[in-house]
Amino acid sequence: MFELLGITPQALGAQLLIGLINGSFYALLSLGLAVIFGLLNVINFTHGAQYMLGAMFTWIGLTQLGYWLDIEDGLEVGYFVMLFVAPLLVGLLSIGMEKTMLKRLYHLDHLYGLLLTFGCALVIEGMFRHWYGVLGDSYPVPELLDGGLRVSGLYLPYYRLWVLAVALLMCFLTWYVIERTKLGSLLRAGTENPKLLQSFGVNVPLIVTLTYGAGCALAAFAGVLAAPIYQVTAIMGSNLIIVVFAVVVIGGMGSIAGSIITGLGLGVIEGLTKVFYPEASSVSIFVIMVLVLLLKPAGLFGKVR
Amino acid sequence: MRKTVLATVVGASLIAMSGSTYAQSITDNEVRIGVLTDLSAIYSDIEGPGAVTAAKMAVKDFGGKVLGKKITVLSADTQSKADLSGSKARELFEKDKADMLIGNVSTASALAAMEVADQKGKITIVTGAASLPITNEKCTATNIHYVYDTYALSRGTGKAVVDTGKKDWFFVTADYAFGHTLERDTSEVVVANGGKVVGGVKHPIKTQDFSSFMAQAQASGAQVIGLANAGGDTIGSVKQAAELGIMGSKQTVVPLLMFISDVQALGLKQTSGMSFTVGWYWDYNEANRKFAKRFMKEFKGKAPTSVQAGVYSATMQYLKAIEATKTDDAAAVMKHLRSVEIDDGLFKGKIRADGKFEHDMYLLQVKSPKESKNKNDVAKVVKVIAAKDATLPISESKCKLVQK
Amino acid sequence: MTTAVKVDRVALVVLALLALVPFQSLFYDLFLMKVFCFAIFAMSLNLLLGYAGLLSFGHAAFFGAAAYVTSHVIKEWQLSTEISILLGVAVATALGYIFGSLAIRRQGIYFAMITLALAQIIDFMANQLPFTNGEDGIQGVPRGMLFGLIDLSDSTPMYYFSLVVFALAFFFVKRVVYSPFGQVLKSIRENEPRAISLGYDVDRYKRLAFTLSAGLAGLAGALKCLVLQLASLTDVHWHTSGEVVLMTILGGIGTLWGPVAGAAIVVNLNNYLANFGGWSTIILGFIFVICVLAFRRGIVGEIAHRFNIKL
Repeated sequence: MFELLGITPQALGAQLLIGLINGSFYALLSLGLAVIFGLLNVINFTHGAQYMLGAMFTWIGLTQLGYWLDIEDGLEVGYFVMLFVAPLLVGLLSIGMEKTMLKRLYHLDHLYGLLLTFGCALVIEGMFRHWYGVLGDSYPVPELLDGGLRVSGLYLPYYRLWVLAVALLMCFLTWYVIERTKLGSLLRAGTENPKLLQSFGVNVPLIVTLTYGAGCALAAFAGVLAAPIYQVTAIMGSNLIIVVFAVVVIGGMGSIAGSIITGLGLGVIEGLTKVFYPEASSVSIFVIMVLVLLLKPAGLFGKVR
Repeated sequence: MRKTVLATVVGASLIAMSGSTYAQSITDNEVRIGVLTDLSAIYSDIEGPGAVTAAKMAVKDFGGKVLGKKITVLSADTQSKADLSGSKARELFEKDKADMLIGNVSTASALAAMEVADQKGKITIVTGAASLPITNEKCTATNIHYVYDTYALSRGTGKAVVDTGKKDWFFVTADYAFGHTLERDTSEVVVANGGKVVGGVKHPIKTQDFSSFMAQAQASGAQVIGLANAGGDTIGSVKQAAELGIMGSKQTVVPLLMFISDVQALGLKQTSGMSFTVGWYWDYNEANRKFAKRFMKEFKGKAPTSVQAGVYSATMQYLKAIEATKTDDAAAVMKHLRSVEIDDGLFKGKIRADGKFEHDMYLLQVKSPKESKNKNDVAKVVKVIAAKDATLPISESKCKLVQK
Repeated sequence: MTTAVKVDRVALVVLALLALVPFQSLFYDLFLMKVFCFAIFAMSLNLLLGYAGLLSFGHAAFFGAAAYVTSHVIKEWQLSTEISILLGVAVATALGYIFGSLAIRRQGIYFAMITLALAQIIDFMANQLPFTNGEDGIQGVPRGMLFGLIDLSDSTPMYYFSLVVFALAFFFVKRVVYSPFGQVLKSIRENEPRAISLGYDVDRYKRLAFTLSAGLAGLAGALKCLVLQLASLTDVHWHTSGEVVLMTILGGIGTLWGPVAGAAIVVNLNNYLANFGGWSTIILGFIFVICVLAFRRGIVGEIAHRFNIKL
């Protein structure tokens, strides 16, 4: 049967695994978006740019810091440090953005939040395009994770397996925090009825701000993971952002579990499309989005608001 | 006394007349060179601001003036978009009174600019764009294709690689006209030289993740994985090939269109050993090195790509042609450019009736990190491909200018 | 009654000034023609966003589809100018009817996302269908003979033709906005449940608004491909959809002159900043941000509000 499909079972397995890994990226990115939309009602178009910042800071940490600070032997901040530092930096920057700009738009239509974040994305990307050009630079796979598994003629890089593991872990952690902890329940309460929650003495604006920062930090985290795989360029975010939006919409804008499952699922479907009808692989997600939205109004796992 | 006066009068009027003849033959008393290129988007490193620098260098080396008239270099950004290219070309001609457009990276942009120039009877010199149709089906009377084309790339790389014994090919092709043409031309060469195409995959242009496609290439076991794509797609393909352990394995990755700027963006660790064809390389001979050193001083220490060197050379030739024909009239200048033997130390060859500049091409091999002495020292020339082997024979040309 | 007459005067003055452009050298007529095209495009989005309250993120689909169709029929079938334009508009309108029917089933952000997804499908088709020539686009599009009589290849007749099309589009939009249909649209935007309770078939109104908007966007695309003599993949790309939203917001949602001003500013900015490479994106983004934070009414909206006139 496999011969009819034109592909061996091992090769198909490899493609499915690759699809799953890409899916874990989609899941991680759409998670950040879903958290922000679900809890803040804001569509964060800057997500792609924050992802890019994560990757860029990682690259800068390794290659540019010594030069900037004029240190003789160069200063290298390695990958594993950046896994914590980059999201923190981006989280802080986004909190700054939220406090100065986004906050003022909460009382208006979602549209304005979307437009503001779109404008910010343009500015951030424009700046990096100006400084670093479009071809970008290469970030090496950290030595610890270099190499791969040779399984019957196929090669599975360790780094990709690491990404899969870490991304799934992060997704699970985020889901757990939001759905199963007290902090999470505070967040969920805050979206349903902020005034009531505030009257209980909970500092709702603080929670909102921190949540935004956390969502953006997730995007940057995905960026750090991406740096060794994709070329680090100023436009890496904008290439990805509308696909991630599609994932979030299909999964259901407010559902955390929905984004994770949809992200993984769509990664696999896209992977299969690349095997059987590769030219259409970039449009397959949009076709699915249209079909899903017509059949299920709020996405596969969403709740109609 | 009278004779002196008469002589003076005659002499003066002759000088006055020749002065005004010059003035009549250079439109608006100024020669304006328009560098129409991608200044900020995907192909800006191949041509872009470096091309503007190269053109300005040529003007300066020429003396800043031709036939006593000032030379100005203008520039405009097409962002490699055909519609921007068309409207910028029109604007440069109509509003800024440009006499010639040079650059034109990205085939769609080049064709758009050529179309406008053809309508206005002005010259275009294409240095950055690749596709054969530029001097084939879509040739125009006022166009020159200077540095390289897909024919040279497919012949050069295709034949050279097959000749080293690597006969089985798998193609990773960008799913648009350029990719298809490159793949088709290279396949023809491979088969004609005893090789075999064992498979291929087409990917959407501007793909982010190539792991799936490269895995398919890896699974095919083909000796050669030919990349029929460009720019960011090529970089992505190579990067993921390196990640999957294809580089340094029994399989070789051969990018059919690559520039030293791409190699620098990827780094030598991921690219060493790869072969690709270019129209010019800075470290090939003394003359090239001298020019490159001067260019690096003007352009952030980066060595010129083949395209940027082409802009310098073509601009020089254009100015020399104006000087020789004493006019900037497009038809006269084109006629002159097609008649002379060009040998300026950088390029050597002749421009044909269809506008193609026939010259040698160079097969490069990327150096290993150990071999490389500085960030510009990325490759060595392993083979010179003779001009006649790298150019479509004029008898096979579909250009309407050369058909009987 | 008085305010409506005032606007007419504004329109007449503007149009009269524009008619004088070919006689001077300060403003480049090709550039203004481009502004007319994008002004019509922005007006079409404004009809949907400013008056019906629906944000479409996929309007480039209609713009580009019409551009490709018009380019193809005028170049390959040698039809006259006005018929080629009508065919382009017809295709865009048909697409608008189909897409609109699908999209209006959902609200708010989901509506916008469906329009984006559908536009991406058109983008994919534009890449794959042979007649579009993919990356190369349809080049060397002739401007043709208007009514089989007037040759538009020259700048000046083409300019006046574009000006007339722009004027017609403008007055058409004005007519729609001030008609009973337009009033119902506004009421749907303000309070949809109320409109439903008053007995209006809200879906039918939305669908019609969407279809009209798509047809108008198609007109913009058809005109553009004749002005610039080119149809390319940029026309269907989502950046173009984003840019027209920017134009509408910058100029002023819900005003008649807003989209025109927005288009003029953005086209001008793009042109001027194009030589500064990366700066154009930065500055455009910056303007977007300032607009959203402080100038939500848009430039024309602010002026109208300040001087208490209808624009």
